[in-house]
Amino acid sequence: MWTDFPLFPARAASFADRVDPLYFFLIAVTVFFSVGIFLTITVFAIKYRRSVHPKAEQIEGSLAVEAIWSIIPLGIALFIFVWGASVYFSYAAPPKNALRIYGTAKQWMWKFQQADGQREINELHVPVGRDVAVTLISQDVIHSFFVPAFRVKMDVLPNRYRTVWFHPTRTGTYHLFCAEYCGTSHSGMIGWVVVMEPADYEAWLASGGEGSLASSGEKLFRHFGCISCHRADKGARGPDLASLYGREIHFQDGTTAVADENYIRDRILGPRQPGRLVAGWQQIMPVFQGQVNEEEMLELIAYIKSLQQNPLNVNPNAPIPDEEQRKRNPQVEPQVIRP
Amino acid sequence: MSAPSVAVEPREHYLNVDYGIRSWLLTTDHKRIAILYMISITVMFFIGGIFATLIRLELMTPAGDLVSSDTYNKLFTMHGIVMVFFFLIPSVPAVIGNFVLPMMVGARDMAFPKINLLSWYMYVIGAGITLYCITVGGVDTGWTFYTPFSTTYSNTYVFGSIVGILFAGFSSIFTGLNFIATIHNLRAPGLTWRRMQLFLWSNYATAVIMILGTPVVAISLILVAVERVWHIGIFNPALGGDPVLFQHLFWFYSHPAVYIMVLPAMGVVSELVTTFSRKRVFGYEFVAAASIAIAVFGFLVWGHHMFVAGISLYSALLFSVMSYLVAIPSAVKVFNWTATLYKGAISYRTPMLYAFGFIGLFTMGGLTGLFVAALGVDIHVTDTYFVVAHFHYIMVGGTVMAYLGAIHYWWPKMFGRMYPEGWAKISAATIFIGFNVTFFPQFLLGYLGMPRRYHAYAPEFQVLNVMSTAGASILAVGYLLPLIYLIWSLRYGEIAPANPWGSTGLEWQTTSPPPTHNFEETPVVTEEAYAYDKHPEMEFVA
Repeated sequence: MWTDFPLFPARAASFADRVDPLYFFLIAVTVFFSVGIFLTITVFAIKYRRSVHPKAEQIEGSLAVEAIWSIIPLGIALFIFVWGASVYFSYAAPPKNALRIYGTAKQWMWKFQQADGQREINELHVPVGRDVAVTLISQDVIHSFFVPAFRVKMDVLPNRYRTVWFHPTRTGTYHLFCAEYCGTSHSGMIGWVVVMEPADYEAWLASGGEGSLASSGEKLFRHFGCISCHRADKGARGPDLASLYGREIHFQDGTTAVADENYIRDRILGPRQPGRLVAGWQQIMPVFQGQVNEEEMLELIAYIKSLQQNPLNVNPNAPIPDEEQRKRNPQVEPQVIRP
Repeated sequence: MSAPSVAVEPREHYLNVDYGIRSWLLTTDHKRIAILYMISITVMFFIGGIFATLIRLELMTPAGDLVSSDTYNKLFTMHGIVMVFFFLIPSVPAVIGNFVLPMMVGARDMAFPKINLLSWYMYVIGAGITLYCITVGGVDTGWTFYTPFSTTYSNTYVFGSIVGILFAGFSSIFTGLNFIATIHNLRAPGLTWRRMQLFLWSNYATAVIMILGTPVVAISLILVAVERVWHIGIFNPALGGDPVLFQHLFWFYSHPAVYIMVLPAMGVVSELVTTFSRKRVFGYEFVAAASIAIAVFGFLVWGHHMFVAGISLYSALLFSVMSYLVAIPSAVKVFNWTATLYKGAISYRTPMLYAFGFIGLFTMGGLTGLFVAALGVDIHVTDTYFVVAHFHYIMVGGTVMAYLGAIHYWWPKMFGRMYPEGWAKISAATIFIGFNVTFFPQFLLGYLGMPRRYHAYAPEFQVLNVMSTAGASILAVGYLLPLIYLIWSLRYGEIAPANPWGSTGLEWQTTSPPPTHNFEETPVVTEEAYAYDKHPEMEFVA
């Protein structure tokens, strides 16, 4: 118990260099004011104790003094606000070329899927020195993705994708905690983030995997029968999804929406929401709420995104395209999901 | 009337006017209702304290070995529910406020004495339902009832606990209603708003929050119950709801609730600091206005509980800047209390020690609030022990210190007996030390990354947790001492004079304990509050 007794967390990502200086500044402010007040009270309490100073002198107050001790703390507070906000903004949008990883949270485990297909539970392998963006959704209640060494935390919601990003700066193994209370084994919903040298990371990626997310998604696209309606030929009863991702969608009532990951998910789970009928089509799509779990959903979305430059095959019975062909179709950078 | 006792006590007052159980349970005397509240919340405080003790014992070791995970989750949930809704919120208003507020305005009772009694019954029913839920199995959602966990996934007594809290909420609304009506309508002749004691200002501000905020938490908890029982989709996305909506509704009340807990405590400190330095408070108008400012701004900062919960970037900016604005009136109060000591005639009686303790701990709690209001830092520290330490510094270091200070200060008025000064000072010091040893290590734990509500934790967090548990045992002794010596003093304490502290407060200008109708004649106020220079005759007699 006494051998490993840290008082300060490891610093393993670039956010530590942004958060820690503000933390130290706040400690300085705290020490200044608390020691100042403590000393003032102590001096007054001793100097004006009743035994030596039996008669109090009445002082009404002073507008000037009130103004000074309102305006100076207000200035300090606003300075901290601006500093804190600038740090917060740096968390908001993952850089465009970030390595993208997808994950689901559920009572009480973390599941991560690398784009190439490596799947892991309660472990997340990432390369050092590269921006990493993790898109997360919960299968049940609200969880929270927390890596103290990265100074990163984001609630994981059951109804929409959110993306957290970080830039690991030191190799090593760091705690991953669920920070939002989620039931019985909340404190067991923990794992490790393994930050590796890029070469080790590549070797690790190559060591396993069951096909890319998109190829798994393609199998599901057939399994759920999506392909029987969503196709490019004349028999199509639903829109062709080939250029769906990132496009502006026009609804029958004249409103529009941008087809990002959350849009695709919402439409699969609840296509019959009022006012969301895509112009030119009939409301015939079945509801998949309760049929598709969140891991399958991530695979379906990866597949739909992969269609961007690879229009849907006309023949629903065609064999699954080989991996080589798919790898030549680079995935388009998805919309930014704000934390 | 039980004749022998009356014969022993020559003077009739509110305690000896009648002895039957009916005379207590059907009383409309605000002083008796205050005593009823005091007994009830003391019971709840020690029940909540037992939960806290078990939590701290479990956390002595990293493994979850003393109780099961489910039990642990119930312990921290019920600790929170009992302490927040059944101790902290009613503490100063319902006990101290009920007792002294009508006397401070020079009235013979509250504006609505029967509603005042109804408020206590609401509290007792709510507490009874909550205790029933605890004994049959408890609830494990955290006191925050976050959805969809509370509406869909928890298998515990969520509905019952909500009903219990609803009753407590109505008791709080009734108290607030009475405070506002009493302060508006029953002030003695000459008692203008600018002559009111600061305890009245801060309780007025509190009452406004109680009336405006409590219905919102009632609504949000009813919505939880509706979704849980009838599966109507409000918060659960599987039913078409939005889980973050609940957090908005919940914190819209529960952040102002922090001010329900701390504003009356600030009022107490204003009374203690002035009485024991024999001075008018420095900058009376600013301290009074700060109470109102806190109540108003307090309604506009709820989103600072949700910086990582999925709110828009720009609303987060607004909630952060508003949180810094609400910090300023709190800081102004601290500075004014400190300045009040300047050139005073300060005596170190137990209530003043508690006031010093309040100022110190509240300052620490307030300054660490700057950390959690800073958007970038909050991402790291929210939902960790840093937040746990921060709000315990405000709620326990602030409110409980002030409540104990108030109990000691007004004890002679309430029961006509002095508490034992030596023991009281020992317990005040024990509580101050125990509190800091318990909660200061939790700031370090939080920044290290230990999440709150963890039954088991990583081994490197153990040393700080053991320190915290050691502090908690000191704190427990500190809380048990007053329970013993205050009960002892009811029979063996020195007989208290009418105004032992020589206070200019209107509530002291009557006998101890006061008669049922408070004053023999309606007092007429001719001067501002805390006019110690005009009353050299009011001196310490205790």
